[in-house]
Amino acid sequence: MSFGDWITEAQNIVFLVFAIAMLFASVVVVTSRNVVHAALMLVVALGGSAALFLMLGAEFVAWVVVLVYIGAVVVLFLFGIMITRAPTGRDTARLDHERRWPALLIAVATFATIATTTTLAFEDTEVAGEVVRTAQIGDLLFNRFVIPFEAVSFVLLAALIGGIVLARKDADE
Amino acid sequence: MIVNQFLILAAAMFSIGIYGVLVRRNAVLVLLSVELMLTAVNINLVAFGALIQDKLASGQVFALFVITVAAAEVGIGLAIVVLIFRNRSSANIDELDLMKW
Repeated sequence: MSFGDWITEAQNIVFLVFAIAMLFASVVVVTSRNVVHAALMLVVALGGSAALFLMLGAEFVAWVVVLVYIGAVVVLFLFGIMITRAPTGRDTARLDHERRWPALLIAVATFATIATTTTLAFEDTEVAGEVVRTAQIGDLLFNRFVIPFEAVSFVLLAALIGGIVLARKDADE
Repeated sequence: MIVNQFLILAAAMFSIGIYGVLVRRNAVLVLLSVELMLTAVNINLVAFGALIQDKLASGQVFALFVITVAAAEVGIGLAIVVLIFRNRSSANIDELDLMKW
């Protein structure tokens, strides 16, 4: 499929807009000199991924991303930035390492490897984006996937207790 | 929509996340980059789930599990960063050389 054929589909234009916004936001997250801007640009990247999930028919996952990631995790990050008093000014030297080129080389090599190996098998395979209803997801989670579901809830409980234990101050010290 | 467009976007986001993990010094910013990588993985899972259209919707269910584990990881990770900051009054990763031989 040539690019001219690909871009005539309305869905693909929407995809292209979201993809460019997400990539721009991701680059800002890893290069920004302002820590708060990096955290806020993560919101754009995650919101774009939620939009892609909606395009693929994964409605429940999309709204879970909005609620859990944008609603909770980013707020947690902002609190972490505030508590650790990360330099919010324009002080690049303290936020990044000096050696950027090896990291850039590794990132480009990773992109080339992953992109070629994953896309080789599906040349022009269409993906339909049929809607999976939330009722179906809930049914699956509480029947077929109930043991992994309980295990993951145990992981969350352990993380909760661990977070409290790590962050509190001991009384006798 | 072809499936390759999602795969290439996810690969690009993953490698941007790798760049961030390698180049950032502040621990909170490293965790932000890890979130980018997890988002890329989620895009791949949901795209493959929409491609194979299985009855169990396993791509979406696995994406939900990844989101849950990522939330736990951020909670613990930030607690550790806050603890390190309290003990050493710095959240820079390259100053944490206690276990370096």
